[in-house]
Amino acid sequence: MTTAILEMRGITKEFPGVKALNNVTFSVKRGEIHCLVGENGAGKSTLMKVLSGVYPHGSYTGEIGFAGQVQQFRGIRDSERAGIAIIYQELALVPELTVYENIFLGNEVRKGALIDWNETIKRATQMLAKVRLDVNPEAKIKDLGVGKQQLVEIAKALSRDVKLLILDEPTAALNEGDSANLLDLLRGLRDQGVTCILISHKLKEVIAIADSVTVLRDGQTICTLDAHEGEVSEPILIKHMVGREIEQIYPPREHKQPGAVVLEVRDWSAYSPSLGRQVLRNVSFTLRKGEIVGFAGLMGSGRTELALSIFGNSPNYRIEGELQLKGEPRQLRRPSDAIAAGIAYVTEDRKGNGLILIQDVKQNITLANLRALAQRSVIDANAEVKIANEYRTTMNIKTPSVEQRVSNLSGGNQQKVCLSKWLFVKPDVLILDEPTRGIDVGAKYEIYTLMNSLVDQGMSIVMISSELPEVLGMSDRVYVVASGRITGELSVSEATPEKIMELATN
Amino acid sequence: MMSGKTEAQASGSFMQDLSKVLRQNIRDYGMYIALFVIMVIFAITTNGIFLSPRNLSNLLNQTGYIAVLAVGMTLVIVIRHIDLSVGFLAGFLGAVAAIALVQWGLPTLFVIPLVLGLGALAGLITAFPIAQLGIPSFVASLAGWLIYRGMLQLATEGTGTIIIPDAAFNAIGNGFIPDVPLGGPFEQIHSLTLLLGIIAIGLFIYNDLNSRKKKIAYGFEVLPTAIFALKLIFISGIVGWITWVLANFNGLSWTVVVMLLVVGIYHFITTSTVLGRHIYAVGGNPEAAELSGISVKRITYIVFGSMGMLSALSGILFASRLQSATTTAGTLFELDAIAAAYVGGVSAAGGVGRVTGSIIGALVMTSLTSGMNLMGVGISYQYIVRGVVLAAAVIFDVATRRAAR
Repeated sequence: MTTAILEMRGITKEFPGVKALNNVTFSVKRGEIHCLVGENGAGKSTLMKVLSGVYPHGSYTGEIGFAGQVQQFRGIRDSERAGIAIIYQELALVPELTVYENIFLGNEVRKGALIDWNETIKRATQMLAKVRLDVNPEAKIKDLGVGKQQLVEIAKALSRDVKLLILDEPTAALNEGDSANLLDLLRGLRDQGVTCILISHKLKEVIAIADSVTVLRDGQTICTLDAHEGEVSEPILIKHMVGREIEQIYPPREHKQPGAVVLEVRDWSAYSPSLGRQVLRNVSFTLRKGEIVGFAGLMGSGRTELALSIFGNSPNYRIEGELQLKGEPRQLRRPSDAIAAGIAYVTEDRKGNGLILIQDVKQNITLANLRALAQRSVIDANAEVKIANEYRTTMNIKTPSVEQRVSNLSGGNQQKVCLSKWLFVKPDVLILDEPTRGIDVGAKYEIYTLMNSLVDQGMSIVMISSELPEVLGMSDRVYVVASGRITGELSVSEATPEKIMELATN
Repeated sequence: MMSGKTEAQASGSFMQDLSKVLRQNIRDYGMYIALFVIMVIFAITTNGIFLSPRNLSNLLNQTGYIAVLAVGMTLVIVIRHIDLSVGFLAGFLGAVAAIALVQWGLPTLFVIPLVLGLGALAGLITAFPIAQLGIPSFVASLAGWLIYRGMLQLATEGTGTIIIPDAAFNAIGNGFIPDVPLGGPFEQIHSLTLLLGIIAIGLFIYNDLNSRKKKIAYGFEVLPTAIFALKLIFISGIVGWITWVLANFNGLSWTVVVMLLVVGIYHFITTSTVLGRHIYAVGGNPEAAELSGISVKRITYIVFGSMGMLSALSGILFASRLQSATTTAGTLFELDAIAAAYVGGVSAAGGVGRVTGSIIGALVMTSLTSGMNLMGVGISYQYIVRGVVLAAAVIFDVATRRAAR
């Protein structure tokens, strides 16, 4: 009988207003590959941050037992010293340094006060052999593909004598060949005695490699399945992942016969020169008047990229394909073109690229359509205040005045400011990217009600959402996106969480 | 008894209001207070010479060529860039103006727009690698710094200092606005200056009352009445005093007129127009601005173009003041302008800073120089003192911003 290397008991972690983890129990046996699955927001990353000390001891309740001892990590350094290594989706390598410098970064091989480069290169070569990576240790990281970079990360972890290796979505950015390679390597490491926790959305992968699977949902442990004792299949996992009752948090919505096609995108492909990869492949979809079309999929599946590429292509992708607005082919070269053509895009990242946090509510609301308030380019300050106050009332933005800085508003009210700004441009097509991310249930309901009334008035809405209940509760039609492609189109009557999950994890 | 008590309460609450307003707006008022303190200190240490009409008039004229640069630099820093090339660009364009006047014999009224246009062009050229290729503005404008320094030396190589004999051109830096002779008790006084000063005060009070009325109508927060009155009296008093002092000397100089025009125009653009709002939006969050349909590139070109034009203006003011173009004209102007902008409350994080603040910043920096010159402080110590004041201003700014959070 193998013993547990990791025992997390009764872990509860609260953020202001949210219980991210609620009495979670998580146990990993020595020498196994243990997969952790769950929807976005289920608490997987939070749990791993508790484990690795990103959230230090004291900021959560519960107990962590690792390698036979109760651990109280105060930071990442403590957990690293104990033998835990985490590899995140966004790799933590220095692009301009060489492979061997990266492997031993922060853990340099010393000879007195100096670095012993010869020994470093020798050991790096051994580590690379261990992860079966055939590259010159003197190559620079930026010259390697993502798959190889991932292996360098693992080599870096192994160089520190790691006992427990945690990989967060390691294959999200990899192609199939590289993914298969990586999984093979993990099996090899397991046979050498390294315990491994794998967080993955790709259930096929999970089933192929896992010795055990733990499912988290809404910050709670739902179950731990042993692949060697019982059956672990995709339907079973999906049922556990989405198995909650969908509460009545969506305003009633009748699915009317939609009108004429407003937006049509055909064979839309986009290549990102800065990422050096194809982000969208042959995407085609239509949007009709008075319709809410949901775009479901996992994070990083390419939905935001699709929205940005349509909305004037601000990331400067190389785009192929055709875009038609009301039957007319259009070229939208910059966001101002898209706005002029009647498209609005409400970002998923309102603090990053949605709001100007140091400016006030009225300045944010009017920013995208200042010319409507200006005569000969001079802003009518009274009209601006009037418009801002109108939105403040109709959108129920809770703020002492429209001269309040938006950084002082709560997330839900900030989102309402974002929405007001884009409603003020009077668009025909409204693209909402994760419209309710990080906001409370009350504000969510208000936003859903608003969406319904907007489509009743003839607007068309594209709603990108990672929350399945939201997609199912609000959409007339659903497209599922995975790896930059549309993998399925479902009407609301045929869409189920299981079907969407299956298409999204394809 | 009763009324006495109420009065005590009222005055207590007035002091409370005052300290609250000062605490809340310390960032906005800080530089005015600093300027006031510096002036008082120099008035004492120079036995009043610092505040003499001649010195104040001189001080304002010296501020002119730095102040116009500081106005442009404010916007450059607001959009999160920097322009180091402005000093030698000003020097070089001053030399171009001199050559056009002296060697080509072109009329002043033609030379000034020509040089301003060249300046705008130079600004656009600096902006090109920044906007188009994403080159850091520090590097792009450092290249400009070297290039314009070289070009200034080339331009003045053959002749050395170019003396400008053109009276009209030289009046910009040395002349005063004409007087309207009134005679009687106003004989000794520059009455047009006095009249303009009174009009300015009137407009200021009217404007402030008006905007306060509107704000109250909208239910916005306004200053308590007593504090508001104090502010009106204080600012009117200062403007009135400066007017009186100048009117007792030679009146308003053309340099001050140019400076006030530049500040007025830029203040209007930045606070009241779509363009101004777009500039601050780009500074506050370039990604959000771009996604709101604002072209960050276009704003970058406009701001650097305006900076180039103001460099040309600065060059004209300086050449006119010296009545000549010299091989070292423009040296360190860029650093004075940057310092003035920071002392005036512009934030390196972008999106924050007023052109009116930068003018005060420029006045602070020139007052330091002027005052220390009068005191006979050595040039080495002057640099050190100005450095300390700059550092203190920025530390103060950062500290008050943190406290406001």
